Parts: sequence; C-alpha cells; structure tokens
Amino acid sequence: MSVDLTTIWAFIIAFAVFAYVVMDGFDLGIGILFPTFEAGPERDRAMNSIAPVWDGNETWLVLGGGGLFAAFPLAYAVILPATYPLITAMLLGLVFRGVAFEYRWRDPGHRALWDFAFTGGSLVAAMAQGMILGALLQGIEVVDRAYAGSWFDWLTPYTLLTGLGTVAGYTLLGAAWLVWKLDGESQDHARRMGLRAAWATVVLLGAVSLYNVFLNAEYAARWLTEPEIYLAAPVPILTAIVAVSLLRALRRERHSKPFWLAIALFFLGMAGLGVTMWPYVVPPGITIWDAAAPQRSQVFMLIGVAITMPLIIAYTAWAYWVFRGKVGHEGYH
Amino acid sequence: MFDGSDALLLARIQFAFTVSFHFIFPAFSIGLASYLAVLEGLWLKTGKPIYHDLFKYWLKIFAIAFAMGVVSGIVMSYQFGTNWSVFSDVAGPVIGPLMAYEVLTAFFLEAGFLGVMLFGMERVGRRLHFAATLMVAAGTFISAFWILSVNSWMHTPTGYEIGANGQFLPGESWFAIVFNPSFPYRLVHTVLAAYITTAFVVGGVGAWHLLRDSANPHARKMFSMAMWMAALVVPVQIFAGDLHGLNTLEHQPQKVMAMEGHYQSHPDGAPLYLFGIPNDEEQRLDYAVGIPKASSLILKHDLDAPLAGLDTIPDDEQPPVGMVFWSFRIMVGIGFAMLGIGMWSLFARWRRKLYEWRALHKAALVMAPSGFVAVIAGWITTEVGRQPWVIYNLMRTADAASPLDAPAVAASLLAFVVVYFAVFGAGVWYILHLMHKPPHAGEYGVKRGDKGPIRTAGITPGPTQDPSDESKRDLSGGKHEPEDAP
Repeated sequence: MSVDLTTIWAFIIAFAVFAYVVMDGFDLGIGILFPTFEAGPERDRAMNSIAPVWDGNETWLVLGGGGLFAAFPLAYAVILPATYPLITAMLLGLVFRGVAFEYRWRDPGHRALWDFAFTGGSLVAAMAQGMILGALLQGIEVVDRAYAGSWFDWLTPYTLLTGLGTVAGYTLLGAAWLVWKLDGESQDHARRMGLRAAWATVVLLGAVSLYNVFLNAEYAARWLTEPEIYLAAPVPILTAIVAVSLLRALRRERHSKPFWLAIALFFLGMAGLGVTMWPYVVPPGITIWDAAAPQRSQVFMLIGVAITMPLIIAYTAWAYWVFRGKVGHEGYH
Repeated sequence: MFDGSDALLLARIQFAFTVSFHFIFPAFSIGLASYLAVLEGLWLKTGKPIYHDLFKYWLKIFAIAFAMGVVSGIVMSYQFGTNWSVFSDVAGPVIGPLMAYEVLTAFFLEAGFLGVMLFGMERVGRRLHFAATLMVAAGTFISAFWILSVNSWMHTPTGYEIGANGQFLPGESWFAIVFNPSFPYRLVHTVLAAYITTAFVVGGVGAWHLLRDSANPHARKMFSMAMWMAALVVPVQIFAGDLHGLNTLEHQPQKVMAMEGHYQSHPDGAPLYLFGIPNDEEQRLDYAVGIPKASSLILKHDLDAPLAGLDTIPDDEQPPVGMVFWSFRIMVGIGFAMLGIGMWSLFARWRRKLYEWRALHKAALVMAPSGFVAVIAGWITTEVGRQPWVIYNLMRTADAASPLDAPAVAASLLAFVVVYFAVFGAGVWYILHLMHKPPHAGEYGVKRGDKGPIRTAGITPGPTQDPSDESKRDLSGGKHEPEDAP
C-alpha cells in the first residue's frame, strides 16, 4: 500500500464522514432524546445548546456526499441509487429536523408539532444513515459501472442492526453533549439517558462486529488471520477500554469527559470500519482506485482542501468557542 | 405499468420540482444577506438605530429563509447521485471538484458564521458580528459562483477530454472549465436577479406598511432603499440579460429559436413575435403577432440580418418550443414591469410623493413576489431550452438517468411534493406573518428562550429602548445591547 493521491482522498472523505457523524451525531441524538425532556425550559435549553452550530455540523454531510461525488464519482453513482429510499428518507428527515430549529420558536401554538418533527426527523435520519452504512458493508451488486440490484436490497436484518446501532450511538453523543452543556436536574437526566444509550451502543456495536466476522468470510479474514490480526487487534481492545471508561464517566462526570470518550468510541468504530472495508469503497467489487477521479481532479481539489480546511476548522472552532459554557436558562439573549 | 421512459420523465419532474423549490430560497437569501450586511454597515457607520432595527427585522426573516434554503439544498447535493447516477459517474471528474469547492469555500463559510450572525451579537461585539454578517453574505455569493459555473459548463462545456472509459475528464486548464463561455453572463444575470428579487420583496413589505401608516419611518426607509435598487439595478439587469441572450445565440442557437418562436428560417430579417401559440407538430407559430425584422435588429443589430430557424435543426435535437417561448415572455414581461416601478419611483421621488403615493405602494405590493416568478421562468427558459441535452451536444438527458424503477422514482417524487408543500408552505406562512408586523423602534432580534413570548413581542417596545439613548450608547461603543433586554 503506497500513499498515493487516491489514498489521501479516501482519508479525506473518511475524515469528512467522521466529522459529520460526530458533530451532527450529537445534534440528531438531542433530537432523539427531545421527548424525554420536559416541554418548556428543559427542551429550550437542549435546543439552544446546538442552535448556533447545527448548520455548520450538517455541512460536513454535504462535504461527505459532494466529496464522494468529486473524488470517487463511480462510488457516488453506485451507492446512491442502491440506497435510494434510504437516501430519500434521510433527506426528508433532515428537512423536518432542520426547519424545526426555526419553526418551533415562530409558532408557539404548534410547538408540540414541530418538536415532534424535530424528533421524528432526527430519528429517521439517524436510522437511515446507519442502514446506508449497513447496506454498503453487506455489499452492493454492480454490473457495468451501475447498480444492478433491486430497490429493496438494502432492507435486511443486518442493516436494521446497523441502523439501530447508529441511533443508539447518536443518542449517546447527544446525551454526552448535554451533560457538558446543561446543569442541575436536566444534566442528571442527560447522564441517565447517556448511560442507557452507552450500554445500547456497546451491545449493538459488538453485535454488528460479530455479524461482520461470522457472516462474511472476507471480513473475517481481515480481523482473524495472521498477520492482519496484529494490526486489527488493538481496535477491539481499545474499544473495550474506552467503553468501560465511558460508562464510569457517565456515572460521575459533570463536564465534558463523557463527550470526548463517546467521540473516542466513534473514532474506534470508524477505525474498525476502515479495517473491514479497506481498500474497497463499494464492497465487494469496487476499490478506491477503481472509483477514483483522475489525478487532475484530485490535485485541483487537494489544493482547495489544503487551503480551506485549516480555515474551516479554525472558524468552526471559534464559533464553538463563542458559545462555550453551560447554556443559560434564558437562552441566547 | 411503467417503462423506462416513465422513470426518466419522473426523474426529470423530480429534479425540476426540487431545484425550483430550492432556488426560491437562495434567490431571496443571496440578496437578503447582502441587504443585511448593508444595513449593519450603515448602522455601524452612522450610529442611527433605524438601521439596527431594520437589520433585526429582516434578520428574523432571513433565519427562516436560510434554514429552508439549507435543507432543500442538501437534497440537491444528493439528487445528482440518486436520480442521475450515469451523469454523475460520467461528468463527476469535471463538475464534482467545482461542487466540492462550493462546499469548502461557501457552505462552511455561511454555516460557520450564521450562528454568530443570528445569536452572537452580545458575545462577540459589533465589529466581529459585522464581520460574521459579511462572511455569510460572501458565502451566499461564492456559492452562486461555483454552482453557476457547474450549470454553465453543462450548457457550454469546454476544457474537457473524453476518457477511455467514457468519462469526461478535466483538460490541462481548470480555468477553461470554470470560466466556460456562458458562465460570466449567467453569473451576472442570476446574481442581479437575486438582488432584484430581494429588493422587490423588501419594497413590497415597505409598501404594505406605508399603506397602513405612511409616517412609519422604518417602512419609509426600507421602501426608499428598495426603490433605489429597482430604479438603478433593473436597467442594468435588462442590459445584462440582453448580453446573456446574445451569448446564448452564439452557443445554443436552437434555444434562442425556441425563445423567439422561429420555426422557420428568415433569410432577410426575422420578426419579433410578441404573441403566438407554438405548434411543435406542424412546426409553426399559430396566431402569430410580431414586429417585422425586429428580432434581427435585437439579435444581430441589423434589420435584414438572416436568422436560422428550427427547420435547420434535426427533430430529435429540438427543445420543446411552447414552454421556452412562454416562460421567456413571462420573464421579460416581469422585467419590464419592474423597470416601470423603478421609473415610477424616481418620478415619485422627484415629485416628493414617494411615501404618500398610494397607487405606487399598491403596485409595489403586487410586484413583491414577481422576482420569484421571473427567476423561475428564466430558469425554465434556459433549462428546457437546452433539451434534449444534459451536457450540451454531448450527452442526452435520456442517457443520464439512474437505473431505477419508475415506482421508486414516483414514490420519492410524491414524498418530496407532499413534504415540500407542507414544510415550506409553513415556512412561507411564518415569513409572511413576520412581514405583516410593522417594523418599529427597538426591534427584537432573533431571540429564543424559555420565558414567555420571546418572538411575539411585535408591538410592545422593550423597556430600555429609547432611540436617542441607544444612539448615544452606539457612539460611545458601549457594550449593552438594547435588543438583549428581557
């Protein structure tokens, strides 16, 4: 494996997807947890904690999708038709979730309706994203550079499992974020929900991993044969350590530690995904090199990424810094 | 029940529906972001609270419009792959990078600074807040730059090579791709359209409140600013549109033939048809009413210049004339009506009746949504007019679609239609509700909290809002923000 432009681009896309999953993950998780918070000040504070940043968080999804289109057009052209109903469901879920941020303040008479749209949209988007990942991992049938399956191939017990795992994981991220941003009763509530979500995440992550290893010979080979096992083994071991620390932190911590540990858990999940899929972008047939855009496209975009990405990270960090600290009871006045 | 052509037609309807709905919001938010930047800049420069009030008035509206633009825009970034996967695979190496640049240079910029623009005044101070507003405004423009470059490349593809696997590949110069021949014209025409659309919305809202209270200083200010835009920018837009048309004549002559209703060639001067019923079957314009030789005068600046008609184009390369012919007339008609409003406002200013002339206010109110109609009509003209091609003269729309079954496309189309009308209908309703409230001194900004009617205090001014008091603090650079009073 040499480090070529295509490999660099695979890592850039993976970074965008990871940034999206973590950053919009906690937004969506808060949406999923929303009904468990009391209508009124509790919900307002939960939403205010992400109101200034959710839009930037969601932009990483556009970079993930747009970046895939640009850097691996064939993968984009195969995955999207293959998961067509899931993509549609995800987009419509994000429509409801996104407008709810504005509408619920605009229309107190229908606030319950838009709160429901916020939760429903978040849940549908999270489930759909998890199932898209599952559909990708279970393999996509391709003939002649085009999707060759039928329009319900994505619906299997395995994709339902990855969907639920993603919902649990996002809920964990959302709860951990709220532990950091809230205080008092609401924070206690967030910690309790976080603990449940953490257990659910760990169990589902384990189930998906076992499913991968036992039901797919090629994936099993990556994880269980020598010499790959020495490279791959640290991932589950570290995951176990992080999971234990996370569960302990959620029982005690009142600040940011559970959130960072939840991110670490997602990072290890992403690393595991990398071990499982590499070097395929669309298992079982399309590698990153098969799908890669020509070098001129890669170079042109890499220049753009090199210039803009540090700036994007800097002003995104600044925006988070501006709204740092616990969310006040009076909202952003 | 369905066959491949149904799936194609449904995919086309889906794209047309989602992109038309989407474009309504950027057409408004590109202009409104710039207007907000102007208002905040004037407030910082002059210290006059009226600009701050207007800023906060329109910021609330901007927040809703922008949210609708974002969520409908994310749909667009996936439509290419879901419904036009063959196009995505084949054209991805050329247009994908331009869209990636749009994300990197525009979307992150807008979204990253939007939170500070909406909620951060108290936390970052005025100068940084103004910088955030400028970044959001710049982001909306940069976004238009890249996506119009992509769109223009599909109309006038240059700078590409064809790869062994059939993909379009970038040639040696990205400059030739980005600045393809129709791009500068389309960019200017579209961005001016967005500014004018916004100006007529602002003018319409100002007119509405002047009709109710012609002494309202905030209504006067926004109406006056909007009418300056109408008087000054609409003539520039008509000129830019003419240049864009000449560019189209050079690169996509059959689109202009359809716009003009020229089924037949006119070897010695072509008429300018004002009215007619396009009849594609018979290849003629029924009930035509036209000005002899005027089309040649406009397009060739010569009364007797020959103009080719659709009879020179093979049947399977002709666009459907009816939609192009009519949508073009709607756009141009609205353009000249806008010009009329602009000139009328100049006359009213000269007569010192700008704020009292109720007929003008009523006309401006009627014209408030006209920009949206003109913009959509213009896009229909250019997009239907380039059919049957998705990449002009190189790839047919019929060859670009995803291998999907018609029921899948039909189901998603239905879902988009239902959700869009419900969700964006509600959003437009909320915007109209905000516009209905008169702008006033001590306007509230985008506030949200848990104590009572945060955003419904339209009539009662906040307790600390004494305008003279506020302007003193502004000049002294004090940190207290009047809008932050509980």
